[in-house]
Formats: sequence, structure tokens, C-alpha cells
Amino acid sequence: MQFFIEVLVGGLLSGVMYALVALGFVLIYKASGVFNFAQGAMVFFAALTFVGFQEVLPGWLGLEAGSGVVFWLAFLLAFIAMILLGTATERIVLRPLVNQPHITLFMATIGLTYVVEGLAQMTWGANVRGLDLGIVDEPIAWLMDNYEIGVSKFDLFAAGVAASLVALLALLFQYTKVGRALRAVADDHQAALSIGIPLQTIWRVVWAVAGFVALVAGMIWGARNGVQFALTFTALKALPVLILGGFTSVPGAIVGGLIIGASEKLAEVYVGPFVGGGIEGWFPYMLALAFLLFRPEGLFGEKHIDRV
Amino acid sequence: MARQIGDVIVDLQNISLRFGGVKALTDISFNVREHEIRSIIGPNGAGKSSMLNVINGVYHPQEGQIFFKGALRKKMEPHEAAEQGIARTFQNIALFKGMTVLDNIMTGRNLKMKCNFLQHALYWGAAQKEEIAHRIKVEEVIEFLEIQDIRKTPVGRLPYGLQKRVELARALAAEPHILLLDEPMAGMNVEEKQDMCRFILDVNDHYGTTIVLIEHDMGVVMDISDRVVVLDYGKKIGDGEPDEVKNNPEVIKAYLGTAH
Ligand SMILES: Nc1ncnc2c1ncn2[C@@H]1O[C@H](COP(=O)(O)OP(=O)(O)OP(=O)(O)O)[C@@H](O)[C@H]1O
Ligand SMILES: [Mg+2]
Repeated sequence: MQFFIEVLVGGLLSGVMYALVALGFVLIYKASGVFNFAQGAMVFFAALTFVGFQEVLPGWLGLEAGSGVVFWLAFLLAFIAMILLGTATERIVLRPLVNQPHITLFMATIGLTYVVEGLAQMTWGANVRGLDLGIVDEPIAWLMDNYEIGVSKFDLFAAGVAASLVALLALLFQYTKVGRALRAVADDHQAALSIGIPLQTIWRVVWAVAGFVALVAGMIWGARNGVQFALTFTALKALPVLILGGFTSVPGAIVGGLIIGASEKLAEVYVGPFVGGGIEGWFPYMLALAFLLFRPEGLFGEKHIDRV
Repeated sequence: MARQIGDVIVDLQNISLRFGGVKALTDISFNVREHEIRSIIGPNGAGKSSMLNVINGVYHPQEGQIFFKGALRKKMEPHEAAEQGIARTFQNIALFKGMTVLDNIMTGRNLKMKCNFLQHALYWGAAQKEEIAHRIKVEEVIEFLEIQDIRKTPVGRLPYGLQKRVELARALAAEPHILLLDEPMAGMNVEEKQDMCRFILDVNDHYGTTIVLIEHDMGVVMDISDRVVVLDYGKKIGDGEPDEVKNNPEVIKAYLGTAH
């Protein structure tokens, strides 16, 4: 039983991380109807920019390497870089393509992926870097001693950060002017414009927020696996989450992330031995595919009925 | 009526609008005076909606000039028109389907709200205070249009007539100077039409809002309009007070040709 709980909790915690990446997709998809293929590249770009600044700042400003000031300054600068990236994307990629078919915009984000990846590596170099958040990846002693359940401190920390970010965003989008404006734009462009919501501003906000989400996701994944090109594949992890949760639903991204995280770990442990392991890689896709058969619109996505 | 009709607020001069080969509007001039109810009528496809879309900046005419409050208006986007105090409703209801009635109407206050996203994120208290102030205004509109009972209902679940009323509420929440209404009574039963008529007159009387109205129901139009402009095939064929327009031979001809 302890073992089951351990696997389940571990899965749920990593699921929160998937949810975070999926959230970046959902935000942009809701506001502009664009499936942003570049989300994974943004995660990579953000993490690399963060560690890049962490490396160069001490030299530039005569600060002590690894100090808190450097950390937060690098964080701030990386966030600003993400805002600039978002603004540039809106201006250079989206605005000229407004009112074009979705597939055109989708193709444009594929192009954007390569530009963002290239830009990141051109600026900061391509070698793998470590990222230290100061939280060690070891079991929480108290849980281990009393219940013999091993839950990683790092996983818990990561899940806590991701969960607070998701909660904060949910709150902002539900109860503030910008949140309402964003939902308005997602629902009906013309009507949103008619009440004075400028699409372009909303798009910039959304890309900046998606950039921030990418930064947090990139830092946590980077701390676990190193900041490297493989971070771009986090986007692939988000895909089954999106299919499960629906592309337009914030709660869907969260619940979808949890389900994928938990089920892939459980499958790995309990089913893996019978089929020779390595299930984790493809199980989420199988689950998503099976799910598509029953609820193509996802758990919380809007059901689409054609008028005839 | 208590209200006093004022100066020209929108002056459209020689407006022509084409979509490829389709001439939607040809050399149209007319004006709208402050506080009046100005109707645009005409058969289907006459260019009425296009005219409204020109006024709030959805379409940009190839030729012609628009004077707004006496000044020549530059090419303008709909959200800029909204900033200038022009609100509207749509021929095909354009509500935010995923939101409740209350949230839909709150979006109408968007321009009046000053807190930005970062302020919201950093200082929740100020944002909440602002929300409450605007909520009071919205409640006023809700009461005015008698939709208290459906505040919390998602708009997608409402019957058509009520959706139209919510759309009007959202436009009113912005406290516009000019209200553009594209067939606000289309598809309504007699009772709903009467209600809508009363609301339009009340808005005009109570807030002094200038109203530009597109409507097919001749009875309604002749009843509530101060002046009427008549379009046919993108051209203006009549303009004046209801009695004048009713007896205009060209208008009669246009309307006898089609069943209305
Ligand atoms: N976006 C557009 N693209 C192409 N043609 C358009 C567009 N909008 C309007 N038109 C054309 O312009 C003409 C006038 O249309 P408009 O919608 O203004 O008419 P209307 O008077 O509002 O008609 P109705 O009573 O049916 O609403 C029509 O021939 C229409 O097909
Ligand atoms: Mg029309």
C-alpha cells in the first residue's frame, strides 16, 4: 500500500508539471485560436536565458556568483526577455497573419519554433548546463520515518510552485478585467473589439503570461534534468494532457496533467514489468487516443455541434 | 419629450464602400444629431449593416469622410471607436457564450477600468475595490433592463429575446454617447418587441444617448424615430422625418418591390 501511494503521489506531482506546460498552450489557444507549436521552444529559451544570465551577471556587476540577488535578477531579466519575445511574436508573426486560416498560423508557429531554438543557442551556446534551485531531490524525512512513504522534496516543491502559479492565473482570469477581456476575446473577436478590447494588447499579455509560465516550467524541469535542448520536448508531454483536458480549458489542463502524471507512473510500475518496461514514454498517448474515441472535445472542452 | 435634439455629432460625407466587385455603399451622406433616434431602413442587402460597421470602424470606406463631433475622423479601429463612446450590438448576437450575464455586462465596463494586469497580480485589494465600484454601475443597468433574475445565468442558456437584451446591457454598461443597434428586435415576438422599444426610448430619454437604429419593422421605426434614412442597393433613396419618408415615392417603390 505504501508503495502504491508513493507511486501515485510521485505521479501526481510530476503531473502538476505537465499541467503547467499544457497551461501555456491553453492560454494562447484560448485567446488567439493558435496552437502554439513553439511552446516547448519557449520553455527551452526561457530556461537557457535564465541560466545564461546567472552565469554572466556576477562578472558584469561584480556580484557573488550563486547569490540570491543574482538569482532574482536573472529571473527578472529572463522574464523581460520572454515579454520581448512575446511582443515580437505578436508584432512580427501574428499581426500580419490576422484572419488567416488556423493552419497558416499553426505553420507559422512551427517556423517560430526553429527561430526561438536557434536564437537561444546562438545567444547562450548549446552546451548542457545545470540549474540549482537550492532544493535537494531526496525523500521528505518526516513522511519516510512515520509512514515509510518516499516523496521527493523537490517534486513537492515543484508541484507547490506550479500549483500556486496555476491558482494565481485562474484567479486573475476569473475575476479581473484582463481575465474577462481575455475570455471575451476567446469567445468573439468582433464583439470584444466593439467594447474597446484591443486584440493586440490582449495577445501581448497572453504571450507574456505564456512566456512566464514557460520560464517557471523551464526552471523546474531544467533543475531536474539539466538545461538542454531536450527541454523543447516538454511540449510533447503536454500534448496528451491537452487531448485529455481539452484545448480551451484551464481546469482541463490541470486535471489532465494530474491524470496523465499519475497513470503513466502507475502503468510503468504495475503494467511495465509484463511488457518489458518503458511504458512511460507512450502510455500517455495511448490513454489520450482511447479517450479521443469517447470524448473528442476533452474532459472540459466545449462540445462542438455544427449547425445544419 | 423632454430631451432636446442637439448638434450634428456624426456627419458622414460621400461614403463609398466596396467588397471586391460588390458595391455595398455608394456615395452616401447623412448625419446624426445628438440625442436623436436615427433609423436606417432598407430591403435586405441594402447596406444597412455595412453603414453601422463603417461608423464603428469595422469597415473602412474607400471613399468619403466621417466627421465626429465636428472633427474629421482618421481611419479608426472598432476598439478606438469604443474609446470615443460608440457602443453597438450586432445583427447576429455576439455575446460571450462562455460567460454569465453578469460577466458579459461587466466586460462592457472594460474601458472604464483603470487597473492593469500587473496591478491586479501585485495588489489584489485595489483591483477588488475597482471591481465593486463598477459592479454597482452594472447593477444599475441590470435593473434598468429588468434582467435581475438572470444575472448568474450563462448567456448560452437564455432564449433569443433575452440574449438581445443582455447584448444591449453590455453596450449600455459602457455609458456610450452613441449606441448603434443592428436589428435589436429581429426574431422577437410582439411582447418582446414592445419591451425592447420601451428600453430604447427609455435609454434615449433617460441617458440622452444618441441612437442609430436598424430595424425592419416599419411600425416600430415610424413610431420611435426622429429621422429615418432609407437605403436601397447601397444608395440613399430617402432621408427625413418619418412622415416625409413614408410619402417619398422612391421609398414606396423600393418597398413595394419586396415583401416586408
Ligand atoms: N464583409 C463583407 N464581404 C463581402 N461582402 C459584404 C461584406 N459585408 C457586406 N457585404 C455585402 O454588402 C452588401 C450589403 O450588406 P449589408 O449586410 O450591409 O446589408 P443589410 O442592409 O444589413 O442587409 P440585411 O437586412 O440582410 O441585414 C451585401 O451585398 C453584402 O453581401
Ligand atoms: Mg444587416
